[in-house]
Amino acid sequence: MGLGAFFATKLDEAIGWARKYSIFQYPFVTACCGMEYMATACSHYDIDRFGAGLTRFSPRQADVLFVVGTISHKMAPVLKRVYDQMCEPKWVVAFGVCTCTGGFYDNYATVMGIDTIIPVDVYIPGCPPRPESVIDGLMKLQDRIAAGAQRY
Amino acid sequence: MDGSRIIERLRERFATAIVETGSQWRDHTAVVDRAAVREALEFCKTNPELSFDMLTDLTAVDYLKFPGREDRPRFEVVYHLYSLPHNHRVRLKVGVEEDDAVVPTAVGLWPIANWFEREVWDMFGIRFDGHPNLRRLLMYEEFEGHPLRKDYPINRRQPLIGPRN
Repeated sequence: MGLGAFFATKLDEAIGWARKYSIFQYPFVTACCGMEYMATACSHYDIDRFGAGLTRFSPRQADVLFVVGTISHKMAPVLKRVYDQMCEPKWVVAFGVCTCTGGFYDNYATVMGIDTIIPVDVYIPGCPPRPESVIDGLMKLQDRIAAGAQRY
Repeated sequence: MDGSRIIERLRERFATAIVETGSQWRDHTAVVDRAAVREALEFCKTNPELSFDMLTDLTAVDYLKFPGREDRPRFEVVYHLYSLPHNHRVRLKVGVEEDDAVVPTAVGLWPIANWFEREVWDMFGIRFDGHPNLRRLLMYEEFEGHPLRKDYPINRRQPLIGPRN
């Protein structure tokens, strides 16, 4: 390995390290999982410890799309649009079973998992997931970000 | 006023148009003939002894294949009325046949009926004659059919984007 390649790898690592501690999230909250998301974000569990404390309410300023709660077929085009508006690099977290698979909904209204519409990096199951599992999912996302896993 | 007396008043006024009455746990119900429902609702609202000034709910029920109801109309539209001055309630029902699923609107009496009736149209496909704006309320324009009808397949989805099943 030449010296140039050595520095390029180290630079990628440094960028990955920087990115994983500056997660600007866009919370796309549609249902009851939102309460658990708020519990995780507040001081008891405090996701600011992981550099994910600043939520942005514009998709253009966000790195990570948190899809929190049931997505209906009526809402699906909105979610896709929000995802498309985010700047790259971007990641997606499916929060709760409804976003992972549709959950216990099996009917005319519900999307059977948001991965049928947009790519997903981390799935956090649970109905709703406990803050501990959310933080676990967040740390798994950090690992992915540090490893340079991105979608373009 | 006691629920049974409310039913009595309705019987006095509408006689044979009250098809059936019943009560369970002191909730009194009158099934009204469709031709008289508009008048019956107006009577409930304007009669000073009844003065049902609040429509707490308007919904419908699909009795398709319901045991013991084979010879009855498929749908029932249900009105839940409440009177703030008298603190009493009553429930009115109207039987609606599938091939003639139309009921006169109650928007003129209670403005809230506007969205209730749009929801019933959306979910059950029952039309409300005289409604000012009978569009779907919850489902999207592209949706075909009425999802709360019992013959709507439980797994049938109509996604706007993404894979179709």
